[in-house]
Amino acid sequence: MSEVNILEEITSSEYKYGFETKIENEAAPMGLSEDIVRYISAKKNEPEWMLAWRLKAYKHWLTLKEPTWQNVHYPKINFQDIIYYSAPVQKKTINSLDEIDPELRATFEKLGISLNEQKRLTGVAVDAVIDSVSIATTYREKLGELGIIFCSMSEAVHDHPELIKKYLGSVVPATDNYYAALNSAVFSDGSFCYIPKGVRSPMELSTYFRINAANTGQFERTLIVAEEGSYVSYLEGCTAPMRDENQLHAAVVEIVAEAKSEVKYSTVQNWYPGDKNGKGGIYNFVTKRGICAGDSAKISWTQVETGSAITWKYPSVILKGDNSVGEFYSVAVTNNMQQADTGTKMIHLGNNTKSRIVSKGISAGRSHNSYRGLVKVSKKAKNARNYSQCDSLLMGDQCGAHTFPYIEVGNSSAQIEHEATTSKIGEDQIFYCNQRGIDTENAVALIVNGYCKEVLNKLPMEFAVEAQKLLAISLEGSVG
Amino acid sequence: MSNTATLIDNLKAEFQLEGNSALKSIKQTAWNTFETLGFPTVKNEEFKYTNFIPATKSNFTLQAKNSISLADFNSIELVKEEANVLVFVNGIFNTKLSNIISSKEEVYIATLAEALTDSKEEALITQHFAQYSNNISDAFTALSTALAKDGVYIHVAPNKVVSKPIVLYFIADTYTEEVFSQPRNLFIFDKNSQATIVESFTSFGNKVSFNNIVTEITVAKDAIIDYYKIQNENEKAYHVGTTQVNQKGNSVFNAVTVTLNGAIVRNNLNVVLDEEHVEANLFGLFLPSGNTHVDNHTIVDHAKPHCNSNELYKGVLDGKSTGVFNGKIFVRKDAQKTNAFQSNKSILLSDEATINTKPQLEIFADDVKCSHGATSGQLDAESLFYLRSRGLSEKSAKAMLVYAFASDVLSNIKIESLKLNLEHKIAEKLAVN
Repeated sequence: MSEVNILEEITSSEYKYGFETKIENEAAPMGLSEDIVRYISAKKNEPEWMLAWRLKAYKHWLTLKEPTWQNVHYPKINFQDIIYYSAPVQKKTINSLDEIDPELRATFEKLGISLNEQKRLTGVAVDAVIDSVSIATTYREKLGELGIIFCSMSEAVHDHPELIKKYLGSVVPATDNYYAALNSAVFSDGSFCYIPKGVRSPMELSTYFRINAANTGQFERTLIVAEEGSYVSYLEGCTAPMRDENQLHAAVVEIVAEAKSEVKYSTVQNWYPGDKNGKGGIYNFVTKRGICAGDSAKISWTQVETGSAITWKYPSVILKGDNSVGEFYSVAVTNNMQQADTGTKMIHLGNNTKSRIVSKGISAGRSHNSYRGLVKVSKKAKNARNYSQCDSLLMGDQCGAHTFPYIEVGNSSAQIEHEATTSKIGEDQIFYCNQRGIDTENAVALIVNGYCKEVLNKLPMEFAVEAQKLLAISLEGSVG
Repeated sequence: MSNTATLIDNLKAEFQLEGNSALKSIKQTAWNTFETLGFPTVKNEEFKYTNFIPATKSNFTLQAKNSISLADFNSIELVKEEANVLVFVNGIFNTKLSNIISSKEEVYIATLAEALTDSKEEALITQHFAQYSNNISDAFTALSTALAKDGVYIHVAPNKVVSKPIVLYFIADTYTEEVFSQPRNLFIFDKNSQATIVESFTSFGNKVSFNNIVTEITVAKDAIIDYYKIQNENEKAYHVGTTQVNQKGNSVFNAVTVTLNGAIVRNNLNVVLDEEHVEANLFGLFLPSGNTHVDNHTIVDHAKPHCNSNELYKGVLDGKSTGVFNGKIFVRKDAQKTNAFQSNKSILLSDEATINTKPQLEIFADDVKCSHGATSGQLDAESLFYLRSRGLSEKSAKAMLVYAFASDVLSNIKIESLKLNLEHKIAEKLAVN
């Protein structure tokens, strides 16, 4: 097939996951006001303190201005044009998987995450979130025996108010930034995960986000608390059906890692990127932050970002405890008109803290991909160590790759290394593959997978397979 | 103590429209820009780590006095070889201390004011003045353009090689007053010419000085230019120096920027690689100590394909000093086959020193090789031990390692006496002789 044909075929192929589930929705009226905040809180039957917390966030949000420093461009968002709450109507509380709306389950099956299958084969406990309300949480009982709490945020507010009061907003305060404040005011649901002291989670915990109804902003809130000596690996995967209007997604993820605990957070983000002319797609403006609160704690972020019209997020780690470790592994792929401004912040506060950043950006089509990161070593942080590597791969002469690393070192014992390169796929590499009967399209996928291997290796098995496929799909049609 | 508004008022009083109508219009626009922008605050991303606002509150005089003696001058002379020497005291040309030895055929050297009286040069100045520097968003440059009065004008005709280096001394005389000066330079290098330029900044006295200097350099086809900027002022000297270079086909531009002392020193070095097969090599060394703040901003703008740029900046920070390095590389669309390399290495000698680094790549073409690296660390303990075990004192062992670290930059200085002089100054700074 000639390059032109490949290009045409692929760019005309539609978003694979673009279907809409016909489920009756119960939605709040459009727009944002104090009443809407009260409405959401009332809908969720929340206690008074939670409402107060939301209202405080909302009042602070009103005083903030939308940030404009990022290297992405989009038309101004009308925050009164969004439905802030939408829940699939349900008759009663669910006791077993069989009671779930069959159509909803069909959706999951189309996505290839049949709950039953997962339950039997992979042993992953999935907390599936469709339009912000957690439908069913599997494996909860099994986890419960170990003392692990894994439930939706709304349940947690009712069942574990003392934990929520203590940790919610402790890493990302409601006043942190524009979108975090918005999320704090109107978050509809999310996941809460608590690993007690000394417990090693026997399975990978997973949530699955999907944005369904039109015009609803998705505002989840995830909170993970790992007590001393515990371990958890947490997976997040996202898809959204096809929409013409841009949908806003402003989530907040908070991680608290106490002494000697380890939290691994992996994301595969595959939201609708918009069509080849940049029409539609998700705005993904997310605040993710973890704190190594105790000594020798470890937080590791791994992300594969292939979707969204605009990705704008900086999963960060505050290295407060001595000997704590922060890691960030990222693959960001942009094609057509997609834009990504992503990276990480590593804040070294404790002694002997270590951080490692590996970021791989791939731009194709007319897309723009930026890495923006901060490594900060405070005056009192002795023997901090950082290694950063950010590589960019460019495909085609219409795209752009940018790096904006900030390095602030305030202690002489710190050792900081930063390296960045930009290049393209070598013609000799393609030729080598062609020679062996691999067509150019597959050769590019192969080379890109090799290029991202360092990051993909960090993903749990099932995710790694999915991510590899996603990479190939996202780059389809970018050759030439 | 005065305030920023007073300084702006005083500057406004200095603002006079002189020269031909084209220049007048440029100056008027620049002044309007400066009035709109004002002095940059730390909210401006370009000045995130560097705050000049406190400096603008000094009680500056804009009418300079000159009490620099020949003995004073001899004590700061950097180049011992035969050279063209031009001395500016508080931004005003000093004939007594200057000496031009190259012939008029080889090179036209004059003050900017004097060159404007020559109709041939005036045409060239009108053509090039303020055409390369950023007069739109850079307040300091706009201010310099608006108030440009005196400075150096150099014009090398096609195929001429200026055999003797041209050494420019900018001296702040703060014996009696706090001074604010703004020399403005324009260097035009025609096709296939060659020259070596040294800019030196020093100060006398112990009062505050503020130096806002802009140098515009245009390098025509096949020309080869060496440019050195040596900054060594007193602890109360504020310095904003902008060097804007525009390079045409096959030309080579080599720059070495060395910063030794000052209160807040900001070096902007911006190079536009404006035609194919251009080469730019930028080297920098900064050795702040005490409370000195040194900020190196560079922009390498690859506008056309097949160009090479290479950048190496090294910092050794002692005391409570702060260092900033912000290196931008732009590769424009269609600037294919670009090679752009950048490296920034820093050593912190004391616990109170800080370094902020922000390398930045913005790439819009796909067939390029670009990289940047940044490191920050301390002297290698093993190397120190090696030297100590051979009987060197801790101080001299450290000095030796710092010297080795710095030599990657200093070895690019082609004027022998200048290199020796700087090595001597660094040894002095490290308190070993």
